[in-house]
Amino acid sequence: MATTTAPKSPTSTKSARAAKSGANNRRWALIFAGAAILVFVFYQYLLPHLDQSVKSVFDSWLPISTLEESLVWIICAIGLNIVVGYAGLLDLGYVAFWAIGGYTAGWLMSSFFNNVDFSFFGVIPPQPGGIHINFWIVLVIAAAFCALWGVIIGAPTLRLKGDYLAIVTLGFGEIIPQVFYNGDCIGPACWNVSNGTQGIYPVDSMNAPKILPGMKGATLGIFDQPYKYIFFCLVAALCVFVSLRIREGRLGRAWLAIREDELAASMMGVPLMRTKLAAYAVGAAMGGFGGVIFAEYVGGVVPDRFNFSISITLLAMVVLGGMGNVWGVMVGALVLAWINATGLKQIGVTFNQVFHTSINFPANNYLLFGGILVLMMLFRRAGLFPEMRTKAVLEEDEVADDAGGTHLSDPEEVTA
Amino acid sequence: MAISAAQPVTTEDLALSAQRITVKFGGLVAVNDVTFDIPDKGIVSLIGPNGAGKTTFFNVLTGLYAPSAGTVTLDGQNITAMAPHKIAKLGMGRTFQNIRLFATMTAEENVLVAMHSHTKAGITSTVLRLPSQRREERESSDAALELLDFVGIGKRYDEYARNLSYGDQRRLEIARALALRPKVLLLDEPTAGMNPQESAAFVGFVHRVRDEKEVSILLIEHDMSVVMRVSERVTVMDRGEKISEGTPDEVRNDQRVVEAYLGRTGTEGSAR
Ligand SMILES: Nc1ncnc2c1ncn2[C@@H]1O[C@H](COP(=O)(O)OP(=O)(O)OP(=O)(O)O)[C@@H](O)[C@H]1O
Ligand SMILES: [Mg+2]
Repeated sequence: MATTTAPKSPTSTKSARAAKSGANNRRWALIFAGAAILVFVFYQYLLPHLDQSVKSVFDSWLPISTLEESLVWIICAIGLNIVVGYAGLLDLGYVAFWAIGGYTAGWLMSSFFNNVDFSFFGVIPPQPGGIHINFWIVLVIAAAFCALWGVIIGAPTLRLKGDYLAIVTLGFGEIIPQVFYNGDCIGPACWNVSNGTQGIYPVDSMNAPKILPGMKGATLGIFDQPYKYIFFCLVAALCVFVSLRIREGRLGRAWLAIREDELAASMMGVPLMRTKLAAYAVGAAMGGFGGVIFAEYVGGVVPDRFNFSISITLLAMVVLGGMGNVWGVMVGALVLAWINATGLKQIGVTFNQVFHTSINFPANNYLLFGGILVLMMLFRRAGLFPEMRTKAVLEEDEVADDAGGTHLSDPEEVTA
Repeated sequence: MAISAAQPVTTEDLALSAQRITVKFGGLVAVNDVTFDIPDKGIVSLIGPNGAGKTTFFNVLTGLYAPSAGTVTLDGQNITAMAPHKIAKLGMGRTFQNIRLFATMTAEENVLVAMHSHTKAGITSTVLRLPSQRREERESSDAALELLDFVGIGKRYDEYARNLSYGDQRRLEIARALALRPKVLLLDEPTAGMNPQESAAFVGFVHRVRDEKEVSILLIEHDMSVVMRVSERVTVMDRGEKISEGTPDEVRNDQRVVEAYLGRTGTEGSAR
């Protein structure tokens, strides 16, 4: 083994790959930020002045409410991407965190606890009663609370691997919404923690600083949709930022190492439990953001909105976009959220008009999602926008398949 | 410095001591009552025919398997059945018989992963890129590149592990293990797949690792020419049992060792 120590100064070498990925991130960030601002300006300042026919096209094909809702999906998908894409842990119950986040907003931003009267930089209620905390503070509280629940759920389940983990997370994803469903009478004292099937309604309008032209009040209600949208964008941006920063650091490398080869990672001093719990906690915190924003978007929380299909849809978004690549995941979330909320219905309406049929398209959305997933697995397994390292590997594989290149063997097949 | 092989060693001079280790897989006794020491800054080898239990023994030392019986002591501390990451942190670095790198991470990143246990940056400082985190990243990166230089693949630091040549992957595994700043380095068949020239150069390399990184080294090795030249002491296992131990010359002339190797057909490591 030739081991001449080449004299060179390591500090001067800046990894070409790191530089490339930095440039890539900047480009995507610019695209998304630009698009978000354009959309906001268009919907807030231009659209109201346009012709009625233009308005109705946008109303039916891309209403602002769909964009708002898609931000909830984007935020949750970014969170799930941390668990699934970064750390390689299959989680089929992510909806639990979305629900917990939603109910946190329900508890802290409504008159639900009407035997107390507590307000903290929040909405002044018409009648006294309830807890009314500032939206932004609730975001932080929900994130922390969900992170805690991520640890509570993760601690017993993360010892399991692969399929078993998936099944147990699926269980938790079912249990937690059920708790809210039946939460109007819990324990011998019959505590009401969720109003049961009725849900908690209404949730306070969000507080927002008056920093944008045309903003009227200190809170944003149903007539301030574009403003809400742009503030939701800020939360999504924060999630992206946190994802990217962590990914580049010590913890992100540990996640990646676990995803690549858990056993080798543990032998190299990476504490598996702790590191996986961190992924769960960070992912859950973002689910908390998503939940609060969802409650704000809907104006309340009802338990039947949190079912298994949400976990699956989120997973489909992550897979479609490109596991591990936060930008791809955002695109995936945007596309599927749009199809889900508006696209399929509109395509159906158009299709039925043209062909004089009466097919119920939205009823078949899971058929479509399933089809997309199958096609993805067949033709583009790494997603629409694979993360750079996966992409490099895929491209090299195509070359190597012809050239017979050397590869590391699949870690699963190898014993230590 | 190395302890002269024939001289008995006292416990204080031991980097690692495994006492009466037994490992059972169901009915199969893969390791049977094996006692084994690595002297401080020593270079010792573990040899034996295929299936002798060598890798299994490694896996006990690194905490992957809990032994059915016996204790392992690293630098005076009992580490029996401790979690692998804790043992790694206490100073046990290893490589794998079948290379187990983090395939889609670069060479540098692979080494950085192994620095996890002696770096500190948490989520907040990473997200905010606090000065402390940036300094730690810089220092880690410098140290990683130095290690890659040390094993001779400094120029390839930015290459994905899976794209490195086989020999370079083996080097990277050693660099990664050294990033733990280990007291004991366990190498499982490090010369597998090397050509004779590379194997010959490897002997010098092992000495350099021991001297410059001040580690004690245990190798599992099938190439007898390497074993004879690199080891201060050799331990021979066969069917889970320790059948011989001593200097390379003593072991080479031990009748039981010759029998263990010749008695089996189809083993690649016949005593030369
Ligand atoms: N996880 C396991 N479960 C069951 N049996 C195992 C396991 N690991 C190893 N064995 C068995 O234990 C015995 C010893 O295997 P081990 O891998 O330790 O041998 P080795 O000396 O490293 O051989 P080689 O030179 O081929 O690497 C073998 O019979 C093997 O099949
Ligand atoms: Mg082996």
